[in-house]
Amino acid sequence: MDFTFSELQQELRAQARDWARDRYPLERAQEVVLSGEGWDDSTWGELAELGWLGVSVPEEQGGAGLSFLEEAVLYEELGYALYSGPFLVTLAALPALAPDEQPGIAAGEARWSIELDGFVPELSRVDSVVTRDGAVRAVGETLATMDLTRPLGRLERDGAWPIPGTIDLPRLHVALALEAVGVAQRALDLGVEYAKGREQFGKPIGIYQAVSHQLANTFVDVELSRSLAYWAAWSVAVGEEQAPIAAAAAKAHASEAAVAACERSIQVHGGIGFSWEHPLHLFYKRAQWIQVFAGSPAKQRATVAAALFL
Amino acid sequence: MDLRDTPEEARFRDEARAWLEANIPRELQGYRGNETRFAELGRAWSRRLYEAGYAGLTWPKEYGGGGAPYSFQAIFLEEAASAEAPQHIGVIGLGMAGPTIIAHGTKAQKKRYLAKILSAEEIWCQGFSEPGAGSDLAGVRTRADLEGDRFVVNGQKVWSSYAHLADWCILVTRSDPDSQRHDGLTYLAVDMHAPGVEVRPLRQITGHAEFNEIFLTDVEVPVENVLGEIGGGWQVAMTTLLHERGTLGFALTGALEVAVGRLVALAKERGAGEDVRDRIAREWIELQAVKHTNYRALSQLIKTGIPGPEGSVAKLVWSESNQRLTKLALELLGVEGQLMGDGAYWQYQQLRSRGNTIEAGTSEILRNIIAERVLGLPRSR
Repeated sequence: MDFTFSELQQELRAQARDWARDRYPLERAQEVVLSGEGWDDSTWGELAELGWLGVSVPEEQGGAGLSFLEEAVLYEELGYALYSGPFLVTLAALPALAPDEQPGIAAGEARWSIELDGFVPELSRVDSVVTRDGAVRAVGETLATMDLTRPLGRLERDGAWPIPGTIDLPRLHVALALEAVGVAQRALDLGVEYAKGREQFGKPIGIYQAVSHQLANTFVDVELSRSLAYWAAWSVAVGEEQAPIAAAAAKAHASEAAVAACERSIQVHGGIGFSWEHPLHLFYKRAQWIQVFAGSPAKQRATVAAALFL
Repeated sequence: MDLRDTPEEARFRDEARAWLEANIPRELQGYRGNETRFAELGRAWSRRLYEAGYAGLTWPKEYGGGGAPYSFQAIFLEEAASAEAPQHIGVIGLGMAGPTIIAHGTKAQKKRYLAKILSAEEIWCQGFSEPGAGSDLAGVRTRADLEGDRFVVNGQKVWSSYAHLADWCILVTRSDPDSQRHDGLTYLAVDMHAPGVEVRPLRQITGHAEFNEIFLTDVEVPVENVLGEIGGGWQVAMTTLLHERGTLGFALTGALEVAVGRLVALAKERGAGEDVRDRIAREWIELQAVKHTNYRALSQLIKTGIPGPEGSVAKLVWSESNQRLTKLALELLGVEGQLMGDGAYWQYQQLRSRGNTIEAGTSEILRNIIAERVLGLPRSR
């Protein structure tokens, strides 16, 4: 049994961290989200150049030919960075598409999204959409959404073209769970940093157990969610039989953990955590988005229960 | 990353499973207590574990251990838990006294004590907590006064499981009467049959007596029974506590897995609505989360030799999960859950679970440890 990431996977994680630190620090993430489009399409070329868009695309289709585990590392790190852009939804479309659609994705020339429950995330930022009836052009109305990083849209259909597959839901559940782990970790880090520096009654507030135990609870939640998400990612990567259940478990746990992590962090920050100026609300809204998209925690637990009560 | 057993691990797991199946004494299957009436059976069972090589799997071979990798220990604990095997009667020796002796003991001490822990010839108990020193171990007041080549020990210890059966005790004492807090403590191996040692059982919330008080009156302990340095007992005690919460995680999740399985069976039998199914799914997910957190911690330990921060999570989460799920079981049983006597499995488990967040580090102390040592927040005391 080996539950550690390979050297290559760890290098990829370090690369993603470095990129976020140098090219996408929190101030930029915040600025981008609050600007007109809500994302900076120049980052897309950077992601393509780094090889991240085609990380799991076969080499003969212009990708890196790596596994879902490498992709997994990126979901977590981009969640931590609060990256705004159709990375997750483009990669979510991939398993449904024919090989000849893949080189364009890996090269950063084609952006995709998926339609689930009548909604298309980041509709205005992509070219095409995977739906239940095949692929369609990304035309429609973008709605005002709570999470500014990932607006939802509604399609105006004008004819679909056939694609070989459908949306791989377990894979999507794991991607969202991993992103939630990244969000929760960032909310925790921000809370810890603040609790160390902010003084009241002459002492840093992190000395008070009413504060520190909230952060300890978040640490526990994050570690548990991370374990579930990695287990589920590995299960999906190797096609284990329990993959759909593991993915449902990870999505339910990690998305709730991310919401709770943000809520506790806002509380630890006090008034500043409640302000528009502080980036925490952006993480909080992303966490809530993840929680309900592609099946709420209750729905995921119903999947788990169905397997337990066979 | 590959969560499957390696071929060697798989072979070891199969062998262990078959051995457990064939050897667990039926009278003790599922039994977690330490009552005197089962002591002889328990000793015999422990001796069989030892003879089959399953006691002290990861201990160095020179001390009678198996010299096996940590993963084998984890596998055995998992299999033993799922087979509902009784514990080795020397759990305190195996899990706490032994590793402490391996870390701090002299050559002579290792030779004297270790093999007999494995073979269950000698049972150990722990003398740490006192009426005035619970979570705050540095408040220990049991005195050990050096007189010539022996210490004379006087004081009282509490919450000591297995003391009524034990031959030896790992005892934290204050050897310097003028010392404060962490200084001036000495860690002793005390013969429980020595004159002046008196053990009184403590009846707990379940009605059973798993724990004891130990009264020490002018007990003479030779200086060669000091573990570590005279006055250096705090560091030795920390080693013991580190091991208390070490690979224990796998035994805990193994037991939790059995409990979740029983809960599902109970819910099926009683008919479960959406709400109950949702709550049970929550517990199952939590179980998978702790279990895989243990795997991550183990992999980290095997790869780097340094335990990662994941390890501090298992006991905290397990204890709260066990409390929630035993309460849920009682809720499903309704008024029947008030009946005691034979077969009152959940009734006993539910009451016993209240101790889980107190023993081996209260949840409050564990959260302090996470806050201070993992997150780096300032110390609260």
